[in-house]
Amino acid sequence: MDRFIYADNAATTKLSKSVLDKMMPYLTEEYGNASSLYNLGSKSKQAVESAREQVANALGAKPREIYFTSGGSEADNWAIKSAAYIGAKKGKKHIISTKFEHHAVLHTLEYLKKQGFEVTLLDVHSDGVVRVEEFIDAIREDTCLATIMYANNEIGTLQPIAEIGKICREKGILFHTDAVQAIGNVPVNVVDDNIDMLSLSAHKFHGPKGVGALYVRRGILLDNLIHGGAQEFGRRAGTENTAGIVGLGAAITDAVNNIENKTKITSEICSYIIENALKIERSRLNGHPTKRIPGTINMCFEGIEGESLLLMLDFKGISASSGSACTSGSLDPSHVLLSIGLPHEIAHGSLRLSFSEENTLDDAKYIVEQLYPIVDRLRVMSPLWEKIKQNG
Amino acid sequence: MYTEQVMDHFMNPRNMGEIADADGIGEVGNAKCGDIMKMYIKVKDSVIVDVKFKTYGCGSAIATSSIATEMIKGHTLNEALQLSNKAVVEALGGLPAHKIHCSVLAEQAIKAALSDYYRKNGIDPEPIVGKITECDHDHCESCSED
Ligand SMILES: Cc1ncc(COP(=O)(O)O)c(C=O)c1O
Repeated sequence: MDRFIYADNAATTKLSKSVLDKMMPYLTEEYGNASSLYNLGSKSKQAVESAREQVANALGAKPREIYFTSGGSEADNWAIKSAAYIGAKKGKKHIISTKFEHHAVLHTLEYLKKQGFEVTLLDVHSDGVVRVEEFIDAIREDTCLATIMYANNEIGTLQPIAEIGKICREKGILFHTDAVQAIGNVPVNVVDDNIDMLSLSAHKFHGPKGVGALYVRRGILLDNLIHGGAQEFGRRAGTENTAGIVGLGAAITDAVNNIENKTKITSEICSYIIENALKIERSRLNGHPTKRIPGTINMCFEGIEGESLLLMLDFKGISASSGSACTSGSLDPSHVLLSIGLPHEIAHGSLRLSFSEENTLDDAKYIVEQLYPIVDRLRVMSPLWEKIKQNG
Repeated sequence: MYTEQVMDHFMNPRNMGEIADADGIGEVGNAKCGDIMKMYIKVKDSVIVDVKFKTYGCGSAIATSSIATEMIKGHTLNEALQLSNKAVVEALGGLPAHKIHCSVLAEQAIKAALSDYYRKNGIDPEPIVGKITECDHDHCESCSED
């Protein structure tokens, strides 16, 4: 294999060298416990607190509003459960979300349903964008929380976050957003967007895996997630993952400073692919053509199945992902593709390519070049393609 | 995730294509579930002299159809009837648990082609071949909807 192209940055990204360099001391010489009194401990404490400041600055928040977590899933779980408990105390047990949230959100909502909460999942239409009017219509007297993702992880579509945030603020509804796919791709400001709670994860923007953060607006009382020590303002006990937290702080600082440059590179790549790969007959772009993060594209090729497409791309050195049933590990294709109304047989033939600033236009050209013969080859093998052609 | 044998059959499928004047054609699976297998057989003196397949599906669906054609080509109809999905899995050096249904589909595709062959020759296939299960996703909502 002479070529390797990583085109799955929505799944995870490569840890940046400069971030690793900043983490390294805390994995070696600076091993103190941040809760300890002596110098070695206080150096770790300082590192954690300066990372908290970095995360806060990146979001337009205050350091006191940032809680470190083990990643996006934990932040989602924590935010939603906390908001639900706050609501329940006031007798409000209705939550609004969308059909195509990440499972970290959807499964938490399923759990809350078993605890007596009612959940309205908004339609995301064929373009993968929530409608503000429909959000307003879904609001009830007893709505305590809205949780709407900033950008979708499979199709990359951006949601009207600022507008929904404004409405929530007016109505006294807590507003959480899973911004795991947005940070480093589009500017996010919790004040401008009227966000009460926001989840993020370091490994999506060249930081380490297993660390993330939850922003919680001052005055909102988070439920205690892990009982024990006084870490994270007494809400999440456990000795801090100092190196990971330092990595998150460094990575988010780089990521937000680099949005413009990254956008330039990834939009060029995606435009090239959209323009050229979609010349393949019976192919389509999934999700809104412009309301999207610049580096993620999701396409479908009729008559073929996603997993075999991925295997063949992998053979050519291209790492990508799909929402087919075979790759989702279930019998149904991804809930995201079904939520935008794709029939099963078309959703099975999906391909997600997601890029970072480390990709080049040359990568895009190589991918398109490989895509044509691979799609052809799978279609020649496919009795479904035969039927599609016969039916015109 | 896949064994070398699976990858070999996936990347270099054997007997892929169609037989224009096939003596039996069988098709199983459906697009909604994400896999369809179609088998063509040519029969002479109760021996399968040629076999071809076309498959829409994941890597293991393509690999199981490919190896299944190899396992019946040149064999008698009776021998082909005996081919089990287990034998297919073994020949591939194993399949991940959630891909076993692909091997069942391959076995069923061959049986469907044999049934078609018997039917075309005026023989009721059911006592010989048994019932063909179109899809073994018995817990698959999309299949039971149809
Ligand atoms: C939108 C979204 N939310 C949540 C997560 C989960 O993040 P983590 O892997 O850090 O738990 C991911 C990543 O997989 C994601 O894309």
